[in-house]
Amino acid sequence: MSRGDAPLGRVMAQVAMVMNLDKCIGCHTCSVTCKQTWTNRQGTEYVWFNNVETRPGQGYPRGYQDQEKWKGGWHLKHGRLVPRAGGRARRLARLFANPELPSLDDYYQPWTYDYENLISAPLGDDVPTAAPRSLIDGRPTEVTWGPNWDDDLGGGPAHLADDPVLQQMNERVRLEYEQAFMFYLPRICEHCLNPSCVAVCPSGALYKRIEDGIVLVDQDRCRGWRMCVSGCPYKKIYFNHQSGKAEKCTLCYPRIEAGQPTVCSETCVGRLRYLGVILYDADRVGAAAATEDERGLYEAQLDCFLDPEDPAVRRAAEDAGIPHDWITAARRSPVHALISTYKVALPLHPEYRTMPMVWYIPPLSPVVESLTATGHDGEDPAKLFAAIDSLRIPVEYLAGLFTAGDPAPVEAALCRLAAMRAHMRRVNLGEPQDPAIARAVGLDAPGIEAMYRLLALAKYDERYVIPTGYAARTPEDDLTQGCSLGGHGGVGMFDADAFHAPLADAPGPRHAGTSLRGRVNLLNWNGRGRPEGLFPGGGGGSR
Amino acid sequence: MNHLHTALWGVLPYLVTVLLVTGTAWRYRYDRFGFTTRSSQLHESRLLAIGGPLFHFGLLFVVAGHVIGLLVPESLTEDVHIHERLYHANALLVGGTAGLATLTGLAVLLHRRLRVPAVRAATSRSDRAVYPVLGCVLLAGLAATATTLRPHPYDYRLGVSVWFRSLFTLDPDVSAMAHAPFVYQVHALLAMALFALWPFSRLVHAFTAPLGYLTRPYIVYRSRGNRPLPSAYRPRPAPRATRSR
Repeated sequence: MSRGDAPLGRVMAQVAMVMNLDKCIGCHTCSVTCKQTWTNRQGTEYVWFNNVETRPGQGYPRGYQDQEKWKGGWHLKHGRLVPRAGGRARRLARLFANPELPSLDDYYQPWTYDYENLISAPLGDDVPTAAPRSLIDGRPTEVTWGPNWDDDLGGGPAHLADDPVLQQMNERVRLEYEQAFMFYLPRICEHCLNPSCVAVCPSGALYKRIEDGIVLVDQDRCRGWRMCVSGCPYKKIYFNHQSGKAEKCTLCYPRIEAGQPTVCSETCVGRLRYLGVILYDADRVGAAAATEDERGLYEAQLDCFLDPEDPAVRRAAEDAGIPHDWITAARRSPVHALISTYKVALPLHPEYRTMPMVWYIPPLSPVVESLTATGHDGEDPAKLFAAIDSLRIPVEYLAGLFTAGDPAPVEAALCRLAAMRAHMRRVNLGEPQDPAIARAVGLDAPGIEAMYRLLALAKYDERYVIPTGYAARTPEDDLTQGCSLGGHGGVGMFDADAFHAPLADAPGPRHAGTSLRGRVNLLNWNGRGRPEGLFPGGGGGSR
Repeated sequence: MNHLHTALWGVLPYLVTVLLVTGTAWRYRYDRFGFTTRSSQLHESRLLAIGGPLFHFGLLFVVAGHVIGLLVPESLTEDVHIHERLYHANALLVGGTAGLATLTGLAVLLHRRLRVPAVRAATSRSDRAVYPVLGCVLLAGLAATATTLRPHPYDYRLGVSVWFRSLFTLDPDVSAMAHAPFVYQVHALLAMALFALWPFSRLVHAFTAPLGYLTRPYIVYRSRGNRPLPSAYRPRPAPRATRSR
């Protein structure tokens, strides 16, 4: 199915994110700033709306990708899409004890240190220590796991063997990968087009916003049934054990509504995050998510996205009530460019069938690294292309993350990145350009340089193209309100007289307190007319 | 019949009803954020997986049994040829089993709450008030059920149930309850205490049973607009600019 032949359905807009993994140095700045903004409260000690995990690794919570165990996301049952944990009746039957809920141990037991002891310990021979204390019950505890315990392959093969993605690969790979590669994967809520957390919420507290596609929890409607926690295959919904409510990444919607990037994006030192609008056909989402072959899900999701350069799409978007500046933003969207134009970004675990909307540019660095390690020129395009083809280990692992195991899209994305490196090296060194490099990956020199500008220079204004928020209006609103310039008092209307009225006519200053009562402020008096309150009994200010 | 009986069975039920209804409405109006199960499954899952369903499903059967026993008059079951002896055998078997299951579930949950440090730390003050009452109501109810094992048991459908139904006609039959055995009176009193505590504890989550889930579509969309703001955030009407002309 191509975009051309299918009729347009309901056009919707989504604020989506792309992360360029080649640039992630694993500094956790995004996690820390997010935590300080959103989850530095009681009840959310263990919660990281944004976390950075080392791949290969177990992730956070441990082994969250093993859906045989956690039953997150959707699966096909007799060709129909149902939540993997079961349909409505089964969910209600499990209301009183959710068998798939991760325990705090699967995340980690949050702790603090007994700093008090450092200054209050009695004089003795030993230096006093700050022993760890549980943040849950306050008792002495042992620190045995944390949110990024296996950071930088910490813990070695003993921990890494539990990586669910690795386990799906074959034995030979498992032994070799250690020399081969390691990279970081920052994760936030995917704000999916087909969110399974929303689907399993019995109270209907979780919802997807029509205007920008952000998935939110209505805190006043959440009853703490905690089905969403297990229903999300990315385990990006957390249970606040103090308030008894579900909480999740909000894509910093108060910032997005103001046209600002999320906190994690704003503070990313690697400048690897991109935010922009994607227009998609909401009527195609259901069928795309129900694609029979898991490996077809990436293509199916691509087919849901609409090309904002297509006039028919733009017209349909306007008809659907999407404001003009959103459509303009969609045309400038870096996210749309990376996903649909350059096709270098890939979805995280499309096989969960939730149609995630935070996409990733797979890292080329492991390939370059291992090529350089073998004594070759890591930047030679021919060698690089050959290496991408032959280095099965990283490619197979990346395919396990991003394309349900299909290596072809990963290879294509990596080849484009390799071609960009090779082309730009020639440009920078003043060597003669080879148009074959760009042609080999289906681009031309200007295209590859535009991609380079977006990926390597990554200017702030080009990384974040976020239109300010609006509220979707019903047709009735427009009929009753009409144009605000059509009558008195509307937005943008003012009396011409108000402009020229003497200053003394403006309402006088209110007396702030008893200390000012009876006094007259002449600072606002322009010398014309009588200042208010100067003469008693005059009614004040009349000419 | 003395004044005490009139107060207990003629006045108190209405006071409790008013407290339950207005209390719940007040809570829903001013503390909707507090309407939650306050689940502690995050801390401990193994015991909850046994105790939780045992208690809640048992309770559903117990509630159903009360509805039938209190609201359906004995004459009606006699008409469809379900005789008193058969009815009571059934009530004893099903009701007793459900009651025992509920009590066992509650025992497991209480054990968990007391012995698991994290769950104990998550116990609120209202929990401390509600759990003893809940346990006592269950024990009294089971004791009342057990008394029907005797050869000539008290037929509550001719006593307690008559009083209960008379409450709805605003003409409480105080004598029907005053002559009920002591254990039934204790059970009824404790139940009223529980209903009085209900709006102010986590028990309110029972009123938000998510039955609408069965009929709604999987994916929920909502708009930023077309939604009244919470009153606290609603802009006040701007004071009119005074302009003297």
